[in-house]
Amino acid sequence: MLIDVHAHFYHQRTPRADWRERNASRLRAGEKIGISIHVASILGSFGFTSPTYFPSPRDVTAGNDALLSLQRAHPDRIRGLVCVNPNYTAHARAEIVRCLDAGMIGIKLAASRRADDRLLDPIGVLARERRVPVLQHIWQHRRRDWSGQEASDAVELCTLARRHPDVPFILAHIGGGGDWLHSLHAVGAAGGGDVPNVYVDLSGSGVDGGMLEACLESVGASRLLWGSDITMDTGWAKLRYLESFLGKEELALVRWKNAARIFPPGAFPAD
Amino acid sequence: MRTDCNAFLGAYPWRKVPGTSADALRKALDRTKIDVAWVTHLPSLFWRDPTEGNAWLYETARTEKRFKPVPTVHPALTGWEQVLADAANAGAPAVRCDPLYLGLEPAGGEMRVLAAACSAARLPLLLAVRLEDGRQRHPNDEVGELPAAAVRALVRSDPDLRLIVTHADRAFVEEVHFGSTPEEARRIWWDICWIWGPPEDHLATLLDTIGADRFVFGTGQPLRLPENSIAKLDLLDLPADQRAAIESKNIQELVA
Repeated sequence: MLIDVHAHFYHQRTPRADWRERNASRLRAGEKIGISIHVASILGSFGFTSPTYFPSPRDVTAGNDALLSLQRAHPDRIRGLVCVNPNYTAHARAEIVRCLDAGMIGIKLAASRRADDRLLDPIGVLARERRVPVLQHIWQHRRRDWSGQEASDAVELCTLARRHPDVPFILAHIGGGGDWLHSLHAVGAAGGGDVPNVYVDLSGSGVDGGMLEACLESVGASRLLWGSDITMDTGWAKLRYLESFLGKEELALVRWKNAARIFPPGAFPAD
Repeated sequence: MRTDCNAFLGAYPWRKVPGTSADALRKALDRTKIDVAWVTHLPSLFWRDPTEGNAWLYETARTEKRFKPVPTVHPALTGWEQVLADAANAGAPAVRCDPLYLGLEPAGGEMRVLAAACSAARLPLLLAVRLEDGRQRHPNDEVGELPAAAVRALVRSDPDLRLIVTHADRAFVEEVHFGSTPEEARRIWWDICWIWGPPEDHLATLLDTIGADRFVFGTGQPLRLPENSIAKLDLLDLPADQRAAIESKNIQELVA
């Protein structure tokens, strides 16, 4: 079994005229790689009618509806993460309840509000009540603000995670840009900042030599989650490299067992 | 047959990178079934005189038949013509010059003179667009990325110059390819290491719009996992002849 904890799909109300081809390409590549389940999110309209990282409530709902449709169309392959904009607290909470009730299995926080902001606490409380993980978009070592997003880094995510120790948080795309070593210092015991409820997702376009060794040194195989994000070739490369030196049991943790542990029971077929 | 035209030996100054020794590269080649690796001495890319690493490179390449040395030439240092001659005499398949790492104008006078000399020596000139993702570089690593305009200018500067450009993404490749005449574009080869696979399918798109004959297999190892370039190809439904062309035939014809 192989679970991709960080996937995205597109829909009709996005700027992508090729949205159908991109969705089909993800599923086709998933078959080649051997992905059992794509755990995906849709970030509103991806910039079509509100910014990707600051989606309007209307776009949040439309994107989540599109993802629910995909999940219903591919019940054997797709699971959803509810995307919300925490600046609209009531809408975010209502959307989480609605989409989890409809079968989604976790929460996606992109970059609408800094992760250590108190405004995220109601979402953390709800995640604990519903026993679902939160995938937080991360800019690895954000040294300044970047236009188009209010990105968070690992230190800020860890602040949130310490306030909600019973909620599993997924640090998104360690290979997705920025100084991953900074993040690994923040989350792992080796760096002195151990936050045991933060898991590291291996997705992102980065395939740096030494990155996976640093991940293992920081948090160990028991807190690594395999994923691809928008470059599935890099995800497969990292998996192949891990296969060259990890033991069978450690590899199973990264491939699916860690995901099965933090997502709700029954979220995946082999549970 | 699989030839990696984009590999390095030696330490990287900006972060700890495992697998930089010759032995480690041999093991990586075994692991990924790569038959030949074109190797450059990585530390000397950052030296004031990068050619001081070439002697070590030649010596190391002699210890492993799978290594083919790609020495660095610095066209602003007196004696660079001899460095180029040494490369030709040593059987180097190409030479490299990363102008921004050397503090040179990327398509300035020195680079144009070097381009002409490479052309005369029938040695392809290899350049990298970047070595690392710009978002993660060390705060003091401020070298700019190679501009696409420089590649267009260089290929126009000499009618026989052949360029191999590594670490370019789809937009870069398209800008240069369609900003060049067909004759110019036929003298540029692109390594695939920085071009995205599915679901964006940038590599599949480029193979369709530009053609498999312009692409060569490269990895950027050990700064990058070599498994990535293999995974990209495995995710394509390429006819065997096209895959063979990318993995080795194109580069063999280039140096023949």
